[in-house]
Amino acid sequence: METTSLIGTKNKKGQVITDVRHMMFEAPRTPSFYTGSEVIKEAIRRANVDVMIAYPITPQSEAAALIGELFAEGYIKEYFRGESEFAVMSQCAGAAFGGARVFTTTAGPGTMRAMENFPMWAGARLPIQMIVTCRGINSPLSIQPDTLEISYLIQTGMLVWHAETAQDFYDWILKGYMVSEEPDVHLPLALCCDGFFVTHTKDVVNLTPADMCLPPYDPYRSPVPCMDMECPPVRMMRDPFVMKSNYISYATHASWQQEVWAAVERSRKHTIAWLDGLIETENTDADILIVSSGTAVSQGREAIRLLADEGIRVGLVKIKTIRPWPWQEIREATKNAKHIIVPEFNVAGWLAREIKASIPDSDRVVAAPHVCGGMTMPPEIIVSEIKNVLGMRDHALAGRGS
Amino acid sequence: MSQYRVLPGPEHFLPPAAASMGIRLPNPGEGHINGVIVPEEQAYEEAARQFLMAKVPTIFPGPLVLWAWNEKAAKKATAIKHLYETLKECVTPQQQAMLIPMPDYRPKYPKINPEVEINPNHPNLTIWHNKIDCCMFVGVHCHQANLSLKIIRGGTSCYTIAMCAQAGHEDAMLSFRDASVEKIMKLAEWVRKLKGSVTVSQFVSKSGSSN
Repeated sequence: METTSLIGTKNKKGQVITDVRHMMFEAPRTPSFYTGSEVIKEAIRRANVDVMIAYPITPQSEAAALIGELFAEGYIKEYFRGESEFAVMSQCAGAAFGGARVFTTTAGPGTMRAMENFPMWAGARLPIQMIVTCRGINSPLSIQPDTLEISYLIQTGMLVWHAETAQDFYDWILKGYMVSEEPDVHLPLALCCDGFFVTHTKDVVNLTPADMCLPPYDPYRSPVPCMDMECPPVRMMRDPFVMKSNYISYATHASWQQEVWAAVERSRKHTIAWLDGLIETENTDADILIVSSGTAVSQGREAIRLLADEGIRVGLVKIKTIRPWPWQEIREATKNAKHIIVPEFNVAGWLAREIKASIPDSDRVVAAPHVCGGMTMPPEIIVSEIKNVLGMRDHALAGRGS
Repeated sequence: MSQYRVLPGPEHFLPPAAASMGIRLPNPGEGHINGVIVPEEQAYEEAARQFLMAKVPTIFPGPLVLWAWNEKAAKKATAIKHLYETLKECVTPQQQAMLIPMPDYRPKYPKINPEVEINPNHPNLTIWHNKIDCCMFVGVHCHQANLSLKIIRGGTSCYTIAMCAQAGHEDAMLSFRDASVEKIMKLAEWVRKLKGSVTVSQFVSKSGSSN
């Protein structure tokens, strides 16, 4: 049965399977005061998810546990805890190969432990959605916010989106399935947020009606056969062409990899339509721009307000998707900027590197301020960085340890 | 808009995916020719012209239409057979219309029999062996079709057409989207309409196919 023919019918919980454009853009919204974890639960309640598998790791454990309540209430068909993150992601693959809509959550070292699975998901064209509540990954141990793990995810072939707020999170979980399940895309989505800042703080989030839900996933639109043990990709582990040492096998594998990245490119059209663009901008005619993603954008907004009080005008570029990477949009938005400030919650500065690789005159990019290991990013250190760039002495905070 | 054009090859040792070169898929009601979005009607005419110009116009039906897994698939298979019969009727005695199935995607070792099938992992073997200079993919899962189309573009000069049931294929030189029984029948109508008005290509390239 085609998915479109199910619109207007009810699922077993009595939710009406709704045209997603109506549900997301026209249906009435109810303001609700929730933590980010509770918001994940509420989005999944409406997402017609078949299978959820997770393993506890801070700060995603609360969301995973809350979704267990949805299972108990009958909103999810299958739910269990894997033996480890690696097992979870492998089990997610199995469920997706079988034609299920799959959801999981992880964080930090869990993401790293499961990493082998992510290029496999992308290569097998499995549209699994994974929430990544980013936290520190390195020793010494930190459970606090840190976005370093995103830099590992962006080369896997997965779609990678970076939410700023709980509202982003709510909307993007639902819209994310619409993008990643398109047959010309059909890739896994890592929907990232900055752990604790988003998951454990309360915010007002406008929710769609609880009696509406997404149409079910239709595995027959998949670009690869669903659970065919004789053919790649399921057959990959048994007698794969990649195990043969000849030109044809190598060329096939190369073409296969290209196709995964082509699918990331194809996701642009759908993502722009659902997210209203890959970036969001304010005052891009200003000489100074803050360009960032995640909650660093929120801190940037506050820094812009503080600087405006002193008569310094600064614009903003919020990057919503890291894959697909909005390089054309960033080039256009930053074409007039003399200084591009990139605040980040990680030690490596991966976002600044991506931006530098995308624009002319990349020495305009100031890869700072960076905080990591759970430190907060007071807006004053962004202000301080901008004043340094402008040659103004500022003693508010020692953002660079100077 | 991208300056890249999806043209018959041989293009490169490892040609890029057209999507990575900025080629975008058509919206409903549109097709693409060489990566340029066109009205669907124009795509029918050009596809029919390419079929009739070719020395060995060939249809590659895939598993989605070879097996009667639902009623729609069976009807599409009948329409594809009709298109093939129409092609045979409309080509000159110097041309040879063919229908070669892609029954599955299993890698075929030690060697495929290129006279009876095509495989997405090494489609060029079938193209070269049969000197196919224009082919149409239909009923092939999208990932496997793109894999094949890219390899064909890399190593042969065969003109590729995709009759895709989903969003289309930018790795083909010409693509339809939302393929249906009606669209396949309409392409057959266009072939009949252009019969006798198209000159057969005389050029034969070293890669075994002409264009």
